[in-house]
Amino acid sequence: MLKISEALPRFSVIQNKTVILVIRYLYMMLLAFLLFGIILLISGKDPLQSYKDIFTSTLGSAYGFSEVLVAMIPMLITALAVALPARVGLINVGGEGQLYIGAAFATFGALTFSNLPAWLLLPIMIFLGMLGGALWAFIPGYLKAIGLVNETITTLLLNSVAPKIIGFLIFGFWHSALDTVKTPNFVAAARLPTFFGTRIHLGLLIGLILLIIFWLFVKYTRWGLEMRAIGNNAQAARRNGIPLKKYLIVVMCVGGAIAGLAGMSQVSGFYGVLLLNFSMSLGFMGFMISWLAGGEPLGILLMSFVVAVIFTGGNLLQLTRGVPYSVINLLLAITLFVVLARPSLIKGKKA
Amino acid sequence: MHKSPDSNSSLLNVVAMRGITKAFPGVLANDQIDLDIFTSEVHALLGENGAGKSTLMKILYGFYRLDSGQIFINQQPVSIYSPNNARAIQIGMVFQDFSLIPALNVMENLALFLPQLPFVLDVKGINQRIHQVSERYNLEVNLDALVSQLSIGELQKVEILKLLLADARLLILDEPTRVLAPHEVQVLFKVFESLKKDGYAIVLITHKLKEVLECADRITVLRTGRVAGTLLRSDATEERLVSLMFDKKLRPTVVTHKKASIEQVSPFLEFKDAWTHGEGLETSLKAINFKINPGEIVGVAGVSGNGQRELGDAAMGLIRCVRGKRYIFGRDFTNKSIQEERLSGVAFIPENPLTMSIAPYMTVLQNMAITRTRQYARMGGLSMDWQAVHADIERSNQRLGFSFPLYIPARSLSGGNLQRMVVAREMIGDPRLIIASYLTRGLDVQSAIAARQALVQARDNGAGVLLISEDLEELFTLSDWLIVLFTGRIVGIFRPEDTDVYEIGHLMTGSEVEHVENQ
Repeated sequence: MLKISEALPRFSVIQNKTVILVIRYLYMMLLAFLLFGIILLISGKDPLQSYKDIFTSTLGSAYGFSEVLVAMIPMLITALAVALPARVGLINVGGEGQLYIGAAFATFGALTFSNLPAWLLLPIMIFLGMLGGALWAFIPGYLKAIGLVNETITTLLLNSVAPKIIGFLIFGFWHSALDTVKTPNFVAAARLPTFFGTRIHLGLLIGLILLIIFWLFVKYTRWGLEMRAIGNNAQAARRNGIPLKKYLIVVMCVGGAIAGLAGMSQVSGFYGVLLLNFSMSLGFMGFMISWLAGGEPLGILLMSFVVAVIFTGGNLLQLTRGVPYSVINLLLAITLFVVLARPSLIKGKKA
Repeated sequence: MHKSPDSNSSLLNVVAMRGITKAFPGVLANDQIDLDIFTSEVHALLGENGAGKSTLMKILYGFYRLDSGQIFINQQPVSIYSPNNARAIQIGMVFQDFSLIPALNVMENLALFLPQLPFVLDVKGINQRIHQVSERYNLEVNLDALVSQLSIGELQKVEILKLLLADARLLILDEPTRVLAPHEVQVLFKVFESLKKDGYAIVLITHKLKEVLECADRITVLRTGRVAGTLLRSDATEERLVSLMFDKKLRPTVVTHKKASIEQVSPFLEFKDAWTHGEGLETSLKAINFKINPGEIVGVAGVSGNGQRELGDAAMGLIRCVRGKRYIFGRDFTNKSIQEERLSGVAFIPENPLTMSIAPYMTVLQNMAITRTRQYARMGGLSMDWQAVHADIERSNQRLGFSFPLYIPARSLSGGNLQRMVVAREMIGDPRLIIASYLTRGLDVQSAIAARQALVQARDNGAGVLLISEDLEELFTLSDWLIVLFTGRIVGIFRPEDTDVYEIGHLMTGSEVEHVENQ
């Protein structure tokens, strides 16, 4: 084994890691579903039937599958917003707030420049969304870099501030004539294009491209290398002449920008309007996915898909089985628990 | 299995270790080791780094579980599962880094360690007992002093006291002299003498030959996990011990005092009345004035915690001077960052490679690149030229005579290999100024010679070197100038030939200064 990996270091390591990752997640999902099944049994529901419902409703039809992909878009992007700062050891719990502020900035663009054509307006909105998220993330990033406050605390606290700002903007300036809890509908030019007559929008493509960039960036570039060094051992990185403060601030801001982009894609691609409290914990979902995946690009893709399946399936479960929707959160929590506990079935293979 | 005690000896066979074997992933740390430890003796365990000394003693102390073998106490087989276990059968160990609580005073620290600590402390009674023991064995320490204020020598005393109070009869000391000044070492050996008289057994783990010959009664030499030989003090000579420790003949450090033929240019490193502000446990540097000319090695001596680390960091620009100036290659670098300094050709070998210099989960090769990512970057940074990194490291290794694997995570290297890796990395690109802290820590003798050789070579080629070390012998042989630090001040600058170990040692511990003040 060692000889092979020495001869072909890069290639075989990827192969090996990928297989292990997939096996690991499949196994852990199985365990989570088993535990959740017990809970369903206790509450008198048939777990097998419930699972069948979840999967047939989501993966069994083209429409169901498209809805899964729609739900997956913001999760994928916010997960990246967590995974990138995690590479330098920053714990960004603030995806939720950054997403809101990004959405607000994008909405500002949509409402202000509504007579521009789509090819100009959409890039402007994307830029504004990213700018908003980045500015919101700059606060914790800067405070962390000067050694004042831990970013976990600041990002978390700022999460409860951001929706209030959105509320202020909607109630005060942007609300539509008919409804005070949302803005007027965006003009067509401010909507991300959708595909195949479904609700899948350009955000999916953006998310996938970001994922690939993230993977290539971390793996191959000089900055990726320096970021990994910081995440590994910040003190050593500093002593080796890597500008630590600069990285902490910039990476945090880029993470925020990605979350802001998720906000933009939600209001522009999904809702077509800025709605009060529209996110419903998408940012936290991204946080969970990123940690479930251990920050690995493939894992992020896989986990955001799985979580999206559970999420969409849960809606249906509520209708068909009379299972309260909150039970789905229970399943997500069990998944998180199982993955974080990292049961060591395949320990031998990992070593 | 059950061996009879040595027939020609009337001594009680306190501890017998038989066939001790312990493997760690990739290394056989202990391979069928037999060892007897008698009462009333100082038994030195001698060997290079990685010979298995610490492992063997940590097995005896219950810190590691043995893979196979048997331990006998007074001919009774015992199993030792944990340090608690070991203490119950009167075995105690002092580790390299002490385990005292800095915020508590000496008495509290000692009381914490007492077996059967009562619910309400009998402070008076404990005090009395401590006084009795400490007087008897020359271990007097101020019991009310906070541990954070003690010197290293005093800390050591407290650690030994702790074991004595806990009724340990066998004391294991892991490189106790590593951080002591020469005269403190003498004090420690006196303590050993008095303990011996009362029937204590002492195991001294060390790799310093001279100390072994000075204080040990019996010497067991380990080499690559096996016993290379056990000698009585009277049979042991330096040559014999060296030949047991190493297979090959050592080549001595070649110190060529070839003066670099460089015309008087500005010094490579210069501090002018530099002051720093130490935060937390750091030492503040006060009124630092010295310079390193091209082709000079300036050695810094001092007991750890007296500002050596801070001096190295200040030289690197990690700590800013709050007053005074710092010049690198003649340019004012007072407010320049470590990045700029590294780019201008300064190399840095820190005191602890694992925490200060490497990213443990990245491969060795990746670690080799992180100091000069800009240089190895291709396409404006979009990719890295790993071949160039590989070539550079091969060249550096060849020059130094090192070799270590490149494609494994750095954390799986041994301490010695880590240090080799850092030295090899920092020597890439022929730095003009080298700031080296504890250059040879963790290196076996061969590699230590190679590393020193590299410094000397760099010096002879006109580089400046700041060498911070605890090894006075190393400082004396390598340095062109010697600086002694005490509580953040420079208390002496010497030519090595104009001074001796004892003068430096006294300055290091401040005793000379105190002496002057008392008069």
